[in-house]
Amino acid sequence: MELTTVWFVAIAFFWVGYFALEGFDFGVGMLLPVLAKDDTERRVMINTIGPVWDGNEVWLLVAGGATFAAFPHWYATLFSGFYLPLLLILVALIARGVAFEYRHKRHDAQWQSRWDTAITFGSLVPAVLWGIAFANLVAGVPIDADKEFTGGLLTLLNPFGLLGGLVTLSLFVTHGATFIALKTAGDIRVRARDLAWRSGLVAIVLTVFFLTWLQARTGSPASAAVFAVAALLLVVGVRSAYVGREGVSFAGTFGAIALAVTGMFVALFPDVMPSTTDVAFSLTTTNAAATDYSLTIMTWAAAIFTPLVLGYQAWTYWVFRQRIGTHHIPTVELAAK
Amino acid sequence: MDVLDIARIQFGVITVYHFLFVPLTIGGTALVALLETLWLRTGNRDYLRLTKFFAKLLLINFAIGVVTGIVQEFQFGMNWSDYSRFVGDVFGAPLAIEGLLAFFLESTFLGLWIFGWDKLPRGLHNACMWIVHLGTLASSYFILAANSWMQNPVGYRFNPESGRAELVDFAAVMFNEVQLVTFPHVIAAAYMTAGAAMAGVSAWLFVRRSADRELYRRTIRLGAAIALLAGLGVAVSGDVQGKIMTDVQPMKMAAAEGLYETAETCAPFSVFTVGTPDGKREKFAVTVPCLLSFLGTGSFDGKVQGINDLREEYRETYGQDPGATYYTPGDYTPVIPITYWTFRFMIGLGLVAAAGSALLLWLTRRGRTPSARWLGTLGIGLPLALLGASSFGWIFTEMGRQPWAVFGLMTTEQAVSPGVSVAEAATSLVVLTLVYAVLAVIEVRLLATTIQHGADPFVEPPDPALGDRADDAPLAFAY
Repeated sequence: MELTTVWFVAIAFFWVGYFALEGFDFGVGMLLPVLAKDDTERRVMINTIGPVWDGNEVWLLVAGGATFAAFPHWYATLFSGFYLPLLLILVALIARGVAFEYRHKRHDAQWQSRWDTAITFGSLVPAVLWGIAFANLVAGVPIDADKEFTGGLLTLLNPFGLLGGLVTLSLFVTHGATFIALKTAGDIRVRARDLAWRSGLVAIVLTVFFLTWLQARTGSPASAAVFAVAALLLVVGVRSAYVGREGVSFAGTFGAIALAVTGMFVALFPDVMPSTTDVAFSLTTTNAAATDYSLTIMTWAAAIFTPLVLGYQAWTYWVFRQRIGTHHIPTVELAAK
Repeated sequence: MDVLDIARIQFGVITVYHFLFVPLTIGGTALVALLETLWLRTGNRDYLRLTKFFAKLLLINFAIGVVTGIVQEFQFGMNWSDYSRFVGDVFGAPLAIEGLLAFFLESTFLGLWIFGWDKLPRGLHNACMWIVHLGTLASSYFILAANSWMQNPVGYRFNPESGRAELVDFAAVMFNEVQLVTFPHVIAAAYMTAGAAMAGVSAWLFVRRSADRELYRRTIRLGAAIALLAGLGVAVSGDVQGKIMTDVQPMKMAAAEGLYETAETCAPFSVFTVGTPDGKREKFAVTVPCLLSFLGTGSFDGKVQGINDLREEYRETYGQDPGATYYTPGDYTPVIPITYWTFRFMIGLGLVAAAGSALLLWLTRRGRTPSARWLGTLGIGLPLALLGASSFGWIFTEMGRQPWAVFGLMTTEQAVSPGVSVAEAATSLVVLTLVYAVLAVIEVRLLATTIQHGADPFVEPPDPALGDRADDAPLAFAY
């Protein structure tokens, strides 16, 4: 396999990891005002992702860094082109990240409810915008002969892009709900399960519609197969939530998101950023890539460290495998602060 | 203002801001890990109280350090896309490896440490913080290697066909002579800053909480001693750095002094100068004879090239106009008043903080308990002085490289994104500056209340090794 293909696959892998992992912690954030009845339940929800959300977010940084290194032109065109959506995502991620750490620092209802709002919107905004960005990425955007994006914000807000945003929104909400059902104990667990299949039905409709549209626009037989499995897993996940099999339902939404993203990269290949101006201007794994030498160095680094990262991240989930209920929340300690 | 101006201001604002949190994180993770190790080794309860107290301060800092770090990575592509295209092959690899090797370590093991008190055996719990610290060191190494390459490009070849710099020797980039001295300089400065912060905060509480005097005495003395030792490292590495800089970026050294005419021997160093606003003529100066020669060459009668000669030399090497219309064409001079003063503020603030740390050590020697309130104020001033010194150091090294983004290869003007509009760039600058300002206010208030609250009383933490913990016991730590 060409090294450029290896790195296309690696970057796809990092994005898959990012969406499958941070997808559920975006979901938890968005569901904060929906699922929790009181502050203790909100804290139960936040603490299900407390030890892991930051590690999940690093997948984004690695995906971005790997794109910079392996396909400098892709990185340059994408980041300078999708300027305002990325700025909004940055602001959202800033607010959300600080909120997790600062929320519990003061025992003051107003202080906490403000940070709750930051968590909710800080999760909602990227959940929608990533969908819009990726739908446009795969469908193609206006790019000129100098590899520069020539559109604006409104170029991205087309029906297909907006549908993509709704798809990631509904998928992440469902994924978050199956995660909470799996990770909590008590009343909230039942409510989460209930919400998971309800929002899951919406997600199925939106996702199938979107993936079919995408397949019709730029798909290949391979992407069709991947999308079909993704849709199947989503149905399995939602059905399992309905019958109360939480492990399977979380695995289902996890797999559905992972494969939907995989399928999008399959449909994209060998382009990395197709141009709607002229196919000749499209960025591809060849014309956007770094040199073989640079890719070789990074292949070694990735081959050594990726398994290590997967190992210790998996271990973290194992360490924090315990379900959390309202009785686990140490109220006394909070009051002392 | 055009996109270039806005992008430069944004880079300055968000990078200096980000770096306020970096030294405290690098040094702070080491100090918290060290305090926890001391607790495990000695069994002394004070060390656990101190571990938890300083960890709280560390985490308040860490949160902003992490989220502002994301902006750092994104803005290369957003505001500096032509830079990214030009250097991606060389600069991208350390950045990607930084994420894979360092960011994952930091974030994952910090999560384990924060929430793991009742989940992990004590030794392993402590190891998590040491691993986080290793992650911060690895992260610094890779990002400084990338920056050092911008100061002194090595291990690449310019490919005229693709019009970009391409990596040919990764080891040369990783072991760039500039990198080999910049890394120790930055890390020593980080330890110094964190040590001074620990000593300073402890001093503030020392003179106010008589019941806990002995507790805070420990961290005053430990922190101040670390700050002084690390300060020595900063000075030594900074000295070597000056000599390498004279070698690879002579213009920056000349600009640090505002030395226009080449000094064949015994170039003086001015402690401060009152001159014309453009720094071209001095009216009054306090100078140390021959010191610049020593700083630049290691010998008091060494030759230091002046700006005028260097400008001629650069014109011959790089042409009249490398595309840097931002500056007077063919003028390869950085903004002299900025390089001149930032260089002095960096050194001056570092010296002041070292003196302050020494004073704290002296006043608390052999069980002495000074109670003057000003000691607390002095204490809080120490880390602030050092954060100032770091910021001025970075402003010096980055402004001193101008008009280049990559020295000798690409000007800052050529680096900016061609497709980004003024409206977009301005929106980004305004939004990020406002968000950062709000965060700064919140952070300072939180730090102040946390410091005022002081260390919590000792509570025996659960020991998972004993296996006596019920499944429904409250979490040892929860958000």
